[in-house]
Amino acid sequence: MKDALTATDPRETAFEEHVSADGQVEPKDWMPEAYRKTLVRQISQHAHSEIIGMQPEGNWITRAPSLRRKVALIAKVQDEAGHGLYLYSAAETLGASRDDMVDALLEGKAKYSSIFNYPTPTWADIGAIGWLVDGAAITNQVPLCRTSYGPYARAMVRVCKEESFHQRQGYEIMLQLARGTDAQKKMAQEALNRWWWPCLMMFGPPDHDSPNSARSMAWKIKRHSNDELRQRFVDQTVPQAEFLGLSIPDPDLKWNEERGHYDFGTPPWDEFMEVVKGNGPCNRQRLNARRKAHDDGAWVREAALAHAEKRRERAEAASQAA
Amino acid sequence: MSKQHWPLWEVFVRGKNGLAHKHAGSIRAADGRMALENARDLYTRRGEGASLWVVPAEAIIASAPEDKGELFDPADDKVYRHPTFYEIPDDVGHM
Amino acid sequence: MIDPQASPLPAGTDPAVTLGTIGTTVPGVDAADVVAYALRLGDDSLILGQRLSEWCAKSPEMELDIALMNLSLDLFGRARTLLSHAAALENEGRDEDSIAFLRDIGDFRNVLLVEQPNGDFAETIVRQVLFDCFDLPFQEALAASADETLAAVAAKAVKESAYHLRFSANWLIRLGDGTEESHRRAQAALDALAPYAHELFETDALEDRLIKAGVAVDRAALRPRFDERLAAILKEATLTLPGTEWRPTGGRRGEHSEALGFLLAEMQWMQRAYPDSEW
Repeated sequence: MKDALTATDPRETAFEEHVSADGQVEPKDWMPEAYRKTLVRQISQHAHSEIIGMQPEGNWITRAPSLRRKVALIAKVQDEAGHGLYLYSAAETLGASRDDMVDALLEGKAKYSSIFNYPTPTWADIGAIGWLVDGAAITNQVPLCRTSYGPYARAMVRVCKEESFHQRQGYEIMLQLARGTDAQKKMAQEALNRWWWPCLMMFGPPDHDSPNSARSMAWKIKRHSNDELRQRFVDQTVPQAEFLGLSIPDPDLKWNEERGHYDFGTPPWDEFMEVVKGNGPCNRQRLNARRKAHDDGAWVREAALAHAEKRRERAEAASQAA
Repeated sequence: MSKQHWPLWEVFVRGKNGLAHKHAGSIRAADGRMALENARDLYTRRGEGASLWVVPAEAIIASAPEDKGELFDPADDKVYRHPTFYEIPDDVGHM
Repeated sequence: MIDPQASPLPAGTDPAVTLGTIGTTVPGVDAADVVAYALRLGDDSLILGQRLSEWCAKSPEMELDIALMNLSLDLFGRARTLLSHAAALENEGRDEDSIAFLRDIGDFRNVLLVEQPNGDFAETIVRQVLFDCFDLPFQEALAASADETLAAVAAKAVKESAYHLRFSANWLIRLGDGTEESHRRAQAALDALAPYAHELFETDALEDRLIKAGVAVDRAALRPRFDERLAAILKEATLTLPGTEWRPTGGRRGEHSEALGFLLAEMQWMQRAYPDSEW
């Protein structure tokens, strides 16, 4: 991974030692350029995911079936916007500007989690997202609270603390559906069928196909491998599905006494690659919605700046006159 | 796409009276009033705040990590600034 | 991973609802009058909250998504208490949800202002400023209501409304005194929406009875404070009130604009498509 030039840089050696001893890195500290780039990419992708992730759930706010569900969903989607902003804020400490990151997203140059390119046709999808997508996200994110870059770790501590209600909110929706009418049970099962495999793929490709993982783990940006986290998620989720009386759509799923873990089938990686490439069910729609909000709001953002400038000028004129 | 950017503000939150303001993160806002409102919405949604400061990020003068040695190491050997440097017989009692 | 320690209040113990389910009002006052009054106030909050929530993920900046959702949450919180209060006093087996989701358009009692579509951001902000300039003094006065539930919901709402007005007024000033385009849009929004403000101050026989009983707020008495506050904001925003005699009204009698029908179609769809289901 290292070329001859960087390998001889004593600062890099010191950095590697510091990080491998679980030392934290702070914004202005010297860091290898590749470490900085990897972080900016990962944190901004994470931020974009939160912002794009507002859409599949946000489009159910106006249709939520009870007022109690409605306020919980608004608070949850609002948290997602907040988490996006915490993360952009963390990335800005690395010298990346939020506007550039957002532009990259709108221009289709930046990635975000593929899970948000799947549709939410029924209310049960809102339950499934909270239970499964947030469950998978928490499994991914809890280890990031100890990631080596200080501002990222601190943002993740906030995110994880706030997300503790998200998964419960989703599971409660599923529980109510699973105990409800036949139509509601069917809705719940179909949502589980839709989200199960995409959720397993949220952990990224299998370890043997994940080229950047090893370096990120050495730098303590990432703390567990994709396959470890995926297994952890399956082990946690299967009993929760059983409690709901729903069946997980995987004929190969069974408890392996010897390993002490569930065995499970291979996710449809071909489909995953298509979604990553931009050919998922909602890729275009999600980006277009984001672009529309950005473009429609341009005059508002400009007006706020123009007004701030007028105020500044007036204050200056007043202080000169005095 | 608009290239006009709202400036960056650093946010400090006092959790309750008796505690100091603590850095929480940053936000973007066009002016100071908006910065306060945005900070309120982003960093105190769960009642975390009793007081807020917002500071234009460009107004913060930060020490450089490479100056850490010259700025902070000279304090390390000034042992006489610490109470344990002074020998007082135990018989005197707590001091 | 699902941590029971982080539990929100279990279903049915939400403070917004608990507060509303005290099924009593002032002795000697016709409970049906208070039910009708609570529905008016509840519907104003419910419909404006629903309108604001439509901005989710669509607003001009991510910070504004959060801000508008906050206003919306405050309003839904009030709506839930007020509708629950109406249901409890009425005592006919309805609850906040059946009132919100199973009434038809003619049974809604909100003013026309709050059902007006979001339009561009200027229209949303003008609608909000008009509502907030009225709502802050209204909630201050309602906090002294003889009806304990109304007084309690207002006491909480006063702080919310003070913040809402601060937010909406600051934004209207930015838009009015911002760029040429923002000024033009803000003035157009004001021209379109200012006439709807009159309805906020209308009273009728029902409210007159409740005013005498110390339950309701005398809306007409709030007008000078509204005018004064609005004038100060508009002056700073360099905007002018339109000179029109048009005074759209009818919301309190269930005579609504077409826009409310679409709002209800979306909001009520689940409850209507799956009757008798728990969510």
